[in-house]
Amino acid sequence: MVVVKESPGALGLTEGDLIEMYHKVVLSRALSARMWILNRMGRAPFAITGDGHEVAQVASAFTLKPGKDWVVPYYRDMGVVLTVGMTPREVMLGFLAKAADPSSGGRQMPSHFGHAGLRIVTGSSPVATQIPHAVGIALASKLRGEKDATIVYFGDGATSKGDFHEALNFAGVHSLPVVFFCENNGYAISVPVKKQMAIAQVSQRAAGYGFPGVTVDGNDALGVCAASKEALERARGGEGPTLIEAVVQRLVPHSSDDDQRRYRSQEEIDAGKLADPVPRFKAYLEKEGLLTAERNEEINKRVAKEVDDATDFAEKSPYPEPEEALTRVYGSVEG
Amino acid sequence: MATKTVIEALRDALHQEMQRDERVLVMGEDVEEGGVFRVTEGFLTDFGPGRIIDAPLAESLIVGAAIGAAINGMRPVAEIQFADFIHPAMDQIISEAARMRYRSNGAFTCPMVIRAPSGGGIHGALYHSQNVEAFFAHVPGLKVVAPSTPYDCAGLLKAAIRDDDPVLFFEHKKTYRLIKGEVPEEDYVLPIGKAAVVRPGKDLSIFTYGLAVHQCLEAAEAVAQEVSVEVVDLRTLAPLDKEAILGSVGKTGKVLIVHEDNLTGGIGGEVAAIIAEEAFDYLDGPVLRLAMPDVPAVPYSPPLEERCLLNPEKIVAAIRKLAGY
Repeated sequence: MVVVKESPGALGLTEGDLIEMYHKVVLSRALSARMWILNRMGRAPFAITGDGHEVAQVASAFTLKPGKDWVVPYYRDMGVVLTVGMTPREVMLGFLAKAADPSSGGRQMPSHFGHAGLRIVTGSSPVATQIPHAVGIALASKLRGEKDATIVYFGDGATSKGDFHEALNFAGVHSLPVVFFCENNGYAISVPVKKQMAIAQVSQRAAGYGFPGVTVDGNDALGVCAASKEALERARGGEGPTLIEAVVQRLVPHSSDDDQRRYRSQEEIDAGKLADPVPRFKAYLEKEGLLTAERNEEINKRVAKEVDDATDFAEKSPYPEPEEALTRVYGSVEG
Repeated sequence: MATKTVIEALRDALHQEMQRDERVLVMGEDVEEGGVFRVTEGFLTDFGPGRIIDAPLAESLIVGAAIGAAINGMRPVAEIQFADFIHPAMDQIISEAARMRYRSNGAFTCPMVIRAPSGGGIHGALYHSQNVEAFFAHVPGLKVVAPSTPYDCAGLLKAAIRDDDPVLFFEHKKTYRLIKGEVPEEDYVLPIGKAAVVRPGKDLSIFTYGLAVHQCLEAAEAVAQEVSVEVVDLRTLAPLDKEAILGSVGKTGKVLIVHEDNLTGGIGGEVAAIIAEEAFDYLDGPVLRLAMPDVPAVPYSPPLEERCLLNPEKIVAAIRKLAGY
């Protein structure tokens, strides 16, 4: 693993940026906690979140140009979509399947994020299918000589699929402006990474496709920022794709329908909690004198208010009309 | 008006669309050198390597990357070299392209065409002869077109490229050089979802598409002294032209459905169901289907291939059987 010792200044990050990153991390965790509570209360049929991935998600997405760069997320990426501009209300509308959900109007399961205005591309549940989309998006941008980049997120499980390999191969051949960002939490539901691949690191795959692959500690905000920034600069500069593997912890079961105690030992689950990226990021900011007790309290209060507001707003928001189920199957023919 | 083969009509229509709209690009195997059927011959010179792209031999990638390009404002035409090879892309076509509009509540769309030569009769055996249209006609969100003439191929290909939804465009490869017809020089499109009565008749209706249209016309001519057969070329398989189907049944009262795809779960079953539900009162005999027998795919040896595929004689026999009711 590459241990990146970065300074915020060298990455172009201000004190305010770091605090805002921390805010997004805490917000993502708090929204997730609310989702699990609502699910356990019987007020939402399903929850799937990215607890343990937040620092990697927020730090990488913080290097994007929101609304200009294309973001192709997967279902754990709440931290990503919040960072590029989705609001807590929008996230909760999707979670509770309400008509105003910008991702799908309540059609998709929770966490299947999409937002046309923010260039967050709608995704599905089959894993890795979004990776060829990302290279196609990047191809179109390159053909038109546009300077945006595309970043696509996926888990370690997705790297076993043909779509992952076909897409990386094509991106390498055409030197496309795309960043492949793998959030490796060590598990594809219950299958550990050692049963998914015979190599040590996902990033090693990149060598087979002719572009750089890098493994970073996904709990190291500045390391993730540095790797993402460099990869996006390579993409925008016409130097082609990069595969980033961020090693993270999955602190929650795969989904609300999973019980990870069946396949993970208590020791392992406890050890994962010790590696929680949120307190680590907090400790870093405190050590650097950026996060005072007052500021921390302020952030916590703000987040609590945002989560309550999003929940109330979404709960009061109407469901789609039943007849909506029959609409938007086809559009109209272009004139 | 120029007389063209199906291949020439397709090539010219695609070329004209690429000239008309710079968002149109072609991705597929061997397309830069013209493709195995020569549809994109000369395109590399005319449009450059950016808009005509040789893809690796990876169908899921071809379709998946085309979906991405469509999301980002292009109008891609993905070419699957033979319809038989489309199956690795099923997930991309069904889970992704077909659902893009629906699952995003209209925020994202997927205007793309997937061209695929299909059908048998060219000694293509199990993996160069298949008809796969029924798999896709089952999937809402997709449109499925299967034209039979140079005129229809050109007009429907242009319509497919200009359509805002994903269109599967199946070309019967035996028609490529066998079928010739007049194609106007001026730009025109034909509406997707409209069938055509290609031979009017009053005793019996045949609903068919693809190469079988020509075989049915030959059969209808052969029995012209005995029975007046109306031949309806469905042209689009999803959405089916219910109005045309019911209109023809109302006129003749007898229905024969003919397709080269195998019988069970084929388009014929859907046409028959529409007729059973909505034209029962007009029927003057059972709805018959003539299709490929339910074997996994077309075999190679000539007698085996002939046993499985359609020909005018088989269609004549089916017409006579039905006319006898």
